[in-house]
Amino acid sequence: MIKKGISRLYLFLIFAFLYLPIIVLIALSFNNSRTKVKWGGFTFQWYLGCFQNEAIMSAFMTTLQITFLSAIISTLIGTLAAFGIASMKKKGQAVYLGATNIPMLNADIVTGISMMLLFVKFMDLGFVTVLIAHITFSIPYVILNVLPKLKAVNRSTYEAALDLGASPSYAFYKVTWPEIRPAVFSGFMMAVTMSLDDFSITYFTKGAGVNTLSTMLYTELRKGVKPELYALSTILFFAVLLILLAGNVRPGRKPN
Amino acid sequence: MKKRMVSVLLLIAMAGSLSACGNGSSENGGDVKSLTVLNYGKYMDESVIRQFEKETGIKIKYEEYESPEEMYTKYKAGSIDYDIICSSEYMVERLIKEGEVLQMDFEAMDNYKNLDSSIIDMSSSYDSSHNYTVPYFYGTLGLLYKKDTIQQDVVSSWECLWDPTYEDEIIMENSVRDSFTPALISLGYSLNETDEGHLKEALERLKKQKQDGIVYAYYVDETSDSMISEEASIALCYSGEAALAMLENDNLGYSVPKEGSNLWIDSWFVPKSCNDQKAALQFLNFLCREDIADKNFEYVQYASPITAVVEKQNEAVKNNEAINPSADTIRRCEIFTALSDEESALYSKLWQELLAD
Amino acid sequence: MSKLKQQFLAGPYLLWIVGFILLPVLMILYYAFTNADGIFTLEYIFAIGSETNRKAIGLSLQLGIICTIICLLLSYPLAMILSRIQFKNQGFVVFIFMLPMWMNFMLRILAWKLLLSKNGVINTLLEGIGMPEISIINTPVAVVLGMVYDFLPFMLLPIYNSMTRIRKDWIEAAQDLGANNVTIFFKIILPLTVSGIISGIVMVFVPSLTSFAISQVLGGGQVLLIGNVIEQDFMQGMQWNAGSGLSFVLMIFVIASMALVNLFDKEEPVK
Repeated sequence: MIKKGISRLYLFLIFAFLYLPIIVLIALSFNNSRTKVKWGGFTFQWYLGCFQNEAIMSAFMTTLQITFLSAIISTLIGTLAAFGIASMKKKGQAVYLGATNIPMLNADIVTGISMMLLFVKFMDLGFVTVLIAHITFSIPYVILNVLPKLKAVNRSTYEAALDLGASPSYAFYKVTWPEIRPAVFSGFMMAVTMSLDDFSITYFTKGAGVNTLSTMLYTELRKGVKPELYALSTILFFAVLLILLAGNVRPGRKPN
Repeated sequence: MKKRMVSVLLLIAMAGSLSACGNGSSENGGDVKSLTVLNYGKYMDESVIRQFEKETGIKIKYEEYESPEEMYTKYKAGSIDYDIICSSEYMVERLIKEGEVLQMDFEAMDNYKNLDSSIIDMSSSYDSSHNYTVPYFYGTLGLLYKKDTIQQDVVSSWECLWDPTYEDEIIMENSVRDSFTPALISLGYSLNETDEGHLKEALERLKKQKQDGIVYAYYVDETSDSMISEEASIALCYSGEAALAMLENDNLGYSVPKEGSNLWIDSWFVPKSCNDQKAALQFLNFLCREDIADKNFEYVQYASPITAVVEKQNEAVKNNEAINPSADTIRRCEIFTALSDEESALYSKLWQELLAD
Repeated sequence: MSKLKQQFLAGPYLLWIVGFILLPVLMILYYAFTNADGIFTLEYIFAIGSETNRKAIGLSLQLGIICTIICLLLSYPLAMILSRIQFKNQGFVVFIFMLPMWMNFMLRILAWKLLLSKNGVINTLLEGIGMPEISIINTPVAVVLGMVYDFLPFMLLPIYNSMTRIRKDWIEAAQDLGANNVTIFFKIILPLTVSGIISGIVMVFVPSLTSFAISQVLGGGQVLLIGNVIEQDFMQGMQWNAGSGLSFVLMIFVIASMALVNLFDKEEPVK
């Protein structure tokens, strides 16, 4: 009984540690006062301000564009690559996987700088360079998701389908694709997650006037904190909460 | 290892099984004329940018930086073609010397006449021919302090920055030359000192200040916010930053110590990387327009070189040291001059040494 | 599709590897081993020995290790409790503990800045109940707090993952054979979660060792980590060679420590 009490208490403490900062942000987003701690009444003005703030809105749009473009492209390249790698001999596989590991193992700052050095030499920094950088660090997650699944797929089923007269594309669509689809999807999701949360690599590869939420926040934080940012955090928090809840309570998913 | 990392991230992704929705529309149509502007942080009213875009149809790509050294690096990296840049006199001077700045034809700028000629004279130290730069704002480096706990005579000398009474109560500038200024002056050296021995002496003073726990933080644009909420007692900062804070909090005052300080002039220039000089000049001309200059003044609270802006101000504003430095203050102050490559490298090496300490 | 043909599917990726993975690494190598005039030098590799860099590396290691240990100490009991919790929807509870990590990295730092600053939320509360104020903003302590908050999920997830794979009947069997809780912990639970611990350590240690944004925002410019030195070399000091030299050393260090960790980590990967 006591043990249970202690573990409950522990859970509660960590819970408080994780959520207190967020609760503070949410509370301040409704605070009608520019100073941080004094309560000046309830207001929605920061939410309005947040939507009218061009820097915030354009960073938000850029983030969406970068995230989805990079996730889609890296899923495409990564999945194709997984097919290629799966059909290679041991040696070829080792070479590819070794290269795949580089962006995963390297510290973000090193990856960011190395790409910046390359871009500076050959092209102008801008939206495209950020996109390329995001694709680069996303592809490995796709490959490492899809490849094990692909190896587990029984090749003879696919070949049997061919023997029975199916065209390669039909056989692929009917036999292989259903097997690897979840892996491709989770690779895509990982690419989205990594891209949304990235700061360092974007910071080094972005051009003038291009900001994702992370880099915009960094410049804003260094100018002093604006209450509009509390509103932004609250909106983002609840957006994520809703999306994740929707994903979690989908019918047919049972906790194991 | 990597497999496990993936399995972990898989769990993350599983919980986040949101369906992919289409991405936002791409906003840049391609052929729209654009101007890439590089400026200090918090140094232009956003609505001014919006207004320029509306009036001319030219899209502004606006980028900010904190210290002149950062600007120099961003520009020299060459990875972004900036069309027009605003920076401090000593960096502008360095870039002019390096041949990186284009001459401008002020004949084509109707609003150039709005500039106070005495300020243009002041810019002679770095742009003697007056062909390269247009002054934007000017001001001093001084001390912003809490009036209820700090007496005015305390902040009339730089020595207060080393007074252990103010443990964890002093904000310094996160910018090499500005933070070295009080140390150099209090040692009796010029703020344009380049002698390694003298600079090291200054470094020792700054190190001592940090080691004694006197420094609360090294900030640039955050200073006014922190002082408004009275997180520290004294802050080394630029005049307008102080004026801005004083507007929000009556308990703050500004002082330029008697030993002298730095007088700075920030100016616009068109660098070699400019792709559209006509548009750049158009932007400059716009900034010198009286209503626009006034808007920017209201936003930044520094001394404006546009005559009409100053004339419009009431007496209290005109005589506010934190906005318009008096003739007496200007006499006590010195302007930064450009450093050579080696001297800049020395400064930045010493600076890192201080921060790492 | 023949095997050979299928191999061509990796073509685009091969181009990508060469162009955007190998070439950038070569660029770092090039800058790290040449000086401003393009002449070969080892000066920038040996520059890690300079006083500034030594101090920055020392502090980074120190903070990185402290952060990793705190994360481990917090996560392990948490993962244990979470994996055993008897709740209708265990997944939901875990979800609650993972949720904060989807908040943007920068916003999480912002929250701590608000909490910790001198006239911030915590101090106002402390003052309200008559307790002495704390002043840890702009110190290494604040930076560690921020890191722990940011990286905790990276430790929690792998450990939790490995916990959930421990089958109840193993523990029951041990209990039937008379093992007490301590023995069960050291003989069963700990060995089976070692792999989770190790990947957690790697996933927390590397980012905390190399971060520069957290120390910049919560350290008030007073906490200089190796990441900050590199950032300044590239963004302020115009010293790309020096920055590349440090990056190269960092790269080697990270890869070497990964290899070392892999040596200790013999356990079979789990599907």
